[in-house]
Amino acid sequence: MTATMLPASDLRSVLRGLPGVDKVGVEARAAALGTRSIKTTAKAAAIDLAIRMVDLTTLEGADTPGKVRALAAKALRPDPADPNCPSVGAVCVYPAMVPYVYEVLKGSGVHLASVATAFPSGQAPLDVKLADTRDAVAAGADEIDMVISRGSFLAGDYSAVFDEIVAVKEAAGPAHLKVILETGELGTYDNVRRASWLAMLAGADFIKTSTGKVPVAATLPVTLVMLEAVRDFRAQTGRQVGVKPAGGIRTTKDAVKYLVLINETAGDDWLSPDWFRFGASSLLNDLLMQRTKLTTGHYAGPDYFTVD
Amino acid sequence: MSLFEYAPAPESRSIVDIAPSYGLFIDGEFAAAKNAFKTVNPATEEVLSEVAVADAEDVDRAVAAARRAFESWSALPGAERAKYLFRIARIIQERSRELAVLESLDNGKPIKESRDVDLPLVAAHFFYYAGWADKLSYAGYGTTPLGVAAQVIPWNFPLMMLAWKIAPALATGNTVVLKPAETTPLTALFFADICRQAELPPGVVNIITGAGETGRLLVEHPDVNKVAFTGSTEVGRQIAQSVAGTRKRLSLELGGKAANIVFDDAPIDQAVEGIVNGIFFNQGHVCCAGSRLLVQESISDSFVEALKRRMATLRVGDPLDKNTDIGAINSAAQLARISDLSEIGSAEGAERWSPPCDLPTSGYWFAPTIFTGVTQAHRIAREEIFGPVLSVLTFRTPAEAIEKANNTPYGLSAGIWSEKGSLILAVADKLRAGVIWANTFNKFDPTSPFGGYKESGYGREGGRHGLEAYLA
Repeated sequence: MTATMLPASDLRSVLRGLPGVDKVGVEARAAALGTRSIKTTAKAAAIDLAIRMVDLTTLEGADTPGKVRALAAKALRPDPADPNCPSVGAVCVYPAMVPYVYEVLKGSGVHLASVATAFPSGQAPLDVKLADTRDAVAAGADEIDMVISRGSFLAGDYSAVFDEIVAVKEAAGPAHLKVILETGELGTYDNVRRASWLAMLAGADFIKTSTGKVPVAATLPVTLVMLEAVRDFRAQTGRQVGVKPAGGIRTTKDAVKYLVLINETAGDDWLSPDWFRFGASSLLNDLLMQRTKLTTGHYAGPDYFTVD
Repeated sequence: MSLFEYAPAPESRSIVDIAPSYGLFIDGEFAAAKNAFKTVNPATEEVLSEVAVADAEDVDRAVAAARRAFESWSALPGAERAKYLFRIARIIQERSRELAVLESLDNGKPIKESRDVDLPLVAAHFFYYAGWADKLSYAGYGTTPLGVAAQVIPWNFPLMMLAWKIAPALATGNTVVLKPAETTPLTALFFADICRQAELPPGVVNIITGAGETGRLLVEHPDVNKVAFTGSTEVGRQIAQSVAGTRKRLSLELGGKAANIVFDDAPIDQAVEGIVNGIFFNQGHVCCAGSRLLVQESISDSFVEALKRRMATLRVGDPLDKNTDIGAINSAAQLARISDLSEIGSAEGAERWSPPCDLPTSGYWFAPTIFTGVTQAHRIAREEIFGPVLSVLTFRTPAEAIEKANNTPYGLSAGIWSEKGSLILAVADKLRAGVIWANTFNKFDPTSPFGGYKESGYGREGGRHGLEAYLA
């Protein structure tokens, strides 16, 4: 999918013409959906789906080939004790780590995502960002998680953000492009909706909340606004875009709340790892722990789940 | 079949112990009566208990007990009365799960509403008026209580309406005889037990059960000083007639046909939520329900489409299931009224739509319904349906929206949805309704007065203003 080309003034009027988001209302709605009670069979199905949606992530300065190989192995077989446990959706690492992960994942069906474009700040010249992207794809990444320039967005220079996404999309070639809005820095739900549309118009395959590197990461109301955006965007353009909340989702209970949001907002078509992912690291072990509880009837201690 | 089906998540009813029969709570004791009636669970038609019918003699005894208690209760310092009210509020909080389950059983409302809306508001109302009891001299309505208050409440929010009536009456030094609705007497009877638990002096609160005749005997009793009624406009009118020419004070909170006005610059997704909440909250059994959607014509097609999409996710069924959004209709009689008016809506040419939903086979159920193509001339745009039925009308300009919103004999509430603050203020100024919500709906708070214009009644409940109805 290529970008929908618009002159800069039209882009501004499209984004400013989107319906506003009432803060009190959207937070109340997200909180209400958060009270859904998901038990027994529904919980079991939700846990397996959530596992398949995990982008198992490590984005640390201390990442090493050994660390990311171990993570990739865990992505393939999250629960060594149970062969029926599904693999995760993808492994997400820095570009320098992509080759090591690729060796483990190739041919497995588990995707390999790499952050790029001077993650997490996005504060680098465009040619550096594009080179970053190309290198990651060349090394085997089939998904690219880029960051937008929040500075340009907040300055009102929507076309700069748009052009950058278009350029990165082109550099990413066949790889799926996830566009990180860094919603914790956008300040308002109106901005979250505008940034979502901006990214989608520019060709994003996924819109993603956060880098996980700023204090406020994914929240239910932000994700709700983004799910409404992808739902409305498909209704208007026919193109489906995925959503990825990332950062701060640590428990099964949290993950299930997000699945409820999808179920009651965007609907069935997004209840799939192709269209929804969790950017998370510690979430997986809690999902595994709850899964084991449901299958065996008792909780196993944390030592029964791998720490990779 | 959705990809993500929620398994049943029923709240346990074992926390509630319902007796096979209940007498009348008079002078601190439960007393037997000659006749009784059955109260049923509207979701299953299962009989929950047998409840006494108070006759003229019983009403006399209850009013006499309240009269006797009035002398010492009204003489207590406000701070002492407050202690009882605070105690009642705390006991309600402690027993809130039990009361919530009981309310859902007897009324049919979803447990998530009785748990998250009704019970917290009930406790908050007692806490709020407890705080006023020793500060009446600062409220501006005097400090002299009226005497014995006769209070008759409806079935839609049984315990919450009880709180709205009893808390301000007691805080101001009055004593009460309260009659809950005949289809939902149980939480009031449990409240009687709470009064005993709080060691409230006998006779300060008396709960008598029965149907319309009991209510009539109570409000017409010559020794009551104050009548407070919440219910239908029809009955309210009869009460106003019977009270006319007496020295009784009267406050009435009656029906409504609220307009929920959506302008083209509204926050659409939240407006859709607000419309859904406005009409489907508590199965639409809400006097201030937003039963008329006035949507600006320029966005009406896409808005109605969004509304239908949202309605398709409403979960109708077992009130005790924690995921239920819409519970049972409270009674067969109410179901018949809703069905009849909906038939009339179709017959008069409006287009009826409900999402596909499987309704239980026993009990009283009605699918969430909207009518489009409704005009001011349709009966479904004029008469209170008191059910999950929304009439959709359009308007072109703010002036037309105001004109249509006000074009009703009622005037209880209204809603405005717009991102433009100046428009909200200008429209709110011209709407003749007691409560106007902007970018929200059905928000209640004990500190905020509530009440109507025109045929929606008179007097205010809640807030400082709510004290006036109980002070001379």
